[in-house]
Amino acid sequence: MKTVIVVGNGMVGYKFCEKFVAKETNKDFKLIVFGDEPRPAYDRVHLSEFFENKDAKALEMAPAEWYIKNNIELYTNERIADINRQEKTITTAKNRDFTYDYLVLATGSAAFVPPIKGVEKEGVFVYRTIEDLEGMLAYAAKLKSTKSNAKAAVLGGGLLGLEAGKAVMDMGLEPHIVEFAPKLMPRQLDSRSSQVLQLKLESIGLHIHLGKATNQILGDKVITGMEFGEDDVLDVDMLIISAGIRPRDELGKACGLEIGVRGGIVVNNKMQTSDENIYAIGEIALYNQMIYGLVAPGYEMATVAVDQIIGNTNNIMSKSIDMSTKLKLIGVDVASFGDPFMPATKGHSVIFENKTQHLYKRINVSLDGKKLLGGILVGDATDYSMLHQIYLNGMPIPSDPSQLILPAGDGTASFGSAMDLPDTAVVCSCEAVTKGQVCCSVKDDGNETVKDVAKATKATTGCGGCKPMVTDLVNETLKSLGKVVKERICEHFDYSRQELYDIVKMKNIKDYDELLDTHGKGNGCEVCKPLAASLFASIFNETANKQDTIQDSNDRYLANIQRNGTYSVVPRVAGGEISPKQMIAMGRIAQKYDLYTKITGGQRIDMFGAKLHELPLIWEELIAEGFETGQAYGKSLRTVKSCVGSTWCRYGMDESVSFAIEIENRYKGIRSPHKFKGGVSGCIRECAEARGKDFGFIAVEGGWNIYICGNGGATPKHAVLLAEKVDKKTAITYVDRFLMYYIQTAQPLMRTAAWLDKLEGGIDYVKDVVINDCLGIVDQLDKDMQHLVDTYKCEWKEAVETPEIRAKYTHFVNSTEEDENIEFVALRDQKMPAPWV
Amino acid sequence: MITSILKEYSPTALNQVTTWFKAAKTSKFPKNGGACVKYKNKQIAVFNFTREGKWYACQNLCPHKMEMVLSRGMIGEDMGTPKVACPLHKNTFSLETGENLNGTLDAIATYPVKIEDGFVYIGFSE
Repeated sequence: MKTVIVVGNGMVGYKFCEKFVAKETNKDFKLIVFGDEPRPAYDRVHLSEFFENKDAKALEMAPAEWYIKNNIELYTNERIADINRQEKTITTAKNRDFTYDYLVLATGSAAFVPPIKGVEKEGVFVYRTIEDLEGMLAYAAKLKSTKSNAKAAVLGGGLLGLEAGKAVMDMGLEPHIVEFAPKLMPRQLDSRSSQVLQLKLESIGLHIHLGKATNQILGDKVITGMEFGEDDVLDVDMLIISAGIRPRDELGKACGLEIGVRGGIVVNNKMQTSDENIYAIGEIALYNQMIYGLVAPGYEMATVAVDQIIGNTNNIMSKSIDMSTKLKLIGVDVASFGDPFMPATKGHSVIFENKTQHLYKRINVSLDGKKLLGGILVGDATDYSMLHQIYLNGMPIPSDPSQLILPAGDGTASFGSAMDLPDTAVVCSCEAVTKGQVCCSVKDDGNETVKDVAKATKATTGCGGCKPMVTDLVNETLKSLGKVVKERICEHFDYSRQELYDIVKMKNIKDYDELLDTHGKGNGCEVCKPLAASLFASIFNETANKQDTIQDSNDRYLANIQRNGTYSVVPRVAGGEISPKQMIAMGRIAQKYDLYTKITGGQRIDMFGAKLHELPLIWEELIAEGFETGQAYGKSLRTVKSCVGSTWCRYGMDESVSFAIEIENRYKGIRSPHKFKGGVSGCIRECAEARGKDFGFIAVEGGWNIYICGNGGATPKHAVLLAEKVDKKTAITYVDRFLMYYIQTAQPLMRTAAWLDKLEGGIDYVKDVVINDCLGIVDQLDKDMQHLVDTYKCEWKEAVETPEIRAKYTHFVNSTEEDENIEFVALRDQKMPAPWV
Repeated sequence: MITSILKEYSPTALNQVTTWFKAAKTSKFPKNGGACVKYKNKQIAVFNFTREGKWYACQNLCPHKMEMVLSRGMIGEDMGTPKVACPLHKNTFSLETGENLNGTLDAIATYPVKIEDGFVYIGFSE
């Protein structure tokens, strides 16, 4: 057994492990991995997403359990201090020694901090790790609590710098970008495209300062500004340095490996360093005199190193490395591929520029007009995947190359379809997956969704840029097989929930048996019955009393069944606001029926242990005291949680309780594919945890921010931003539409987060539907929601007032006796059901 | 105490019936739903499967957690087999044979039902 030690657990180090465990011969090897960060490898490419969701786990490449499962020894938080090449050992900073047969260096790079006077001051950060980000967040929060218009600058206008600029915006500080070169993204963009990008970024509030050499950082202990020239000063409260990267090659240097003049460990095309037992991959490897700061070449290096070590010595690194890239910077598409800056002697450029729309497209074509050599896209990169493929595969181009970038008359894609690509075309460059592999995965292995194909081939799992193309390939292949992918509810209905929704609505069917007779078969089941009940409720606002035997059993009895077959009772306490008088009334009733009481997670009171026949009696008393049903039993609105807001709180920006009550009363009783919850916070301290809800409002300077599609539960998800700083009326309108759209299109028992996850186009598409009305349906959504709001009825009031409904609340149909098997035991000052054996 | 209740219930075939217990009027049972009948110390779930035009009876006790709840379960059909889903954990049982259709729980006891003069009768063998 041979030992392979990997030093560095970043994206490339992880990829090495992943490729390694996939090889059958890996049993002959033991794999040990060291990382100096406290957590396992995470997706640094999408680091700025951390500011949106603060969720380090979501960025994880694989959880710690993955390493255990694959017999990899992972040591996080343990830096390597020394390599002894003669003994073939390494020593960690914790002074532990390990012996290797092969050593793989994947220590990556660190942020380059230019030697400017004052960079050590408080408030100066680098943008590289999750810990850096956490430090920045904490500092920004401190700033904002003492200053209303704090400013933060980013030093560096390259790719990473602009990502950091987005982070600054997300933190709510005034963002400034300071760049030494006379243009943004000097390595990827030509001057004209750079100007277009600059216009666009300025239009969304970024302040851009070009051609500035920073002399020193001003301030005593804490940064107060940056000085460029004598009278050229920019006041800032925080600085984020993102001025490039520097390979972390110290280890290699110390043990005498060959190092490049400007850093980086020299490797050959087998990824071997000057010591044949030591490999270097990723951003420390100097290959062809170049450091490659992109994910795709790093992944290729990892694959080559794995093959070399296990003995597939034929796999060597490609001679030329494709540096094409496509990204979304602060919501702006930017892409460049092939040779973006071609000199006029080598070919002709076709350029389309429209500054009014912040659009720029340039393609470089060979002198004979037959080949695409490279190009740049800013503002709209939908053509990127196709152009990149044409370039990579040397595919023929139209005699008028402008067709490649000019929109066709009908506004649809201009040239070619993904299916025209040769099978060998690499569609996912991060994972090196070809078109042929994607199509075979559908055709031969029976994968019928992009998700399944991604699982099987790994395509789209890197940067995700190829997702549209892979989606096209999957759909087109399915079509060519004559397959229509269909969601089916159960054996009784050959429809998806959405289709059945439309049928019920269009044909005005209000009865389950009629629906089953006309559009289904057989006698129904526990899947389609409650689903139909939910549709009747969502469309006609029919209460659960009318067709009670198609309801889930909680809905049938308007209460939540508990362990011993007794029920719990939850009256609505909108927004969590409850008067002393109401509390006394509730307490009196709970005491009378000997109920166990507890405060719920949704700021209301749950009363447990009610026997079936007691339910109408309890509710009669509650209704007399002014309470109404809280629908805790339904797939419907539960609660809208609130913090106390500006009426009492010294930090409150607006009245969160009033808003929560208004919105809870608006949506109460509305039934949906799954339960849904809301939250309203009076300021960004977010005490109501609104971002853990299906919809949430947070008061900010100038209005309300709306977040949607979050939840706690088994798979927690933070809600994402739908709109910013809107007034209350607009906020309600947007959420009305979002909820209605969700109710109409989600699959059964799918919560909003899962729905958004599955929705093609994600949150941007939701914005397009509910804000920009791209489907032309908002009037209808508004009408549908208003209908539900206007026709609300308390179904418990209906139940206690109607003798026929009340009649079912008895344990025996032929006796008034109670169920003698119900048994309670004491619990603190209350009671609980006898435990299950 | 609770597990011993299970012994109260044994599957009864039509030809074993010695007693027809007159339970209640048919109108007391909801369409396509169930209700619970008390017979001596037994609890029997009776289902009015209107869509099939049939009636079924079985023990009210779910063998999973020994709770008296099956009569409140939803009824339906699984590839032609009539079934009831327990309201606690959605375990489903055949209303004909009593077998657990979506798991490995013990079968429940089922009983014959007949309707005469607007009344529901349940057949027992004791």
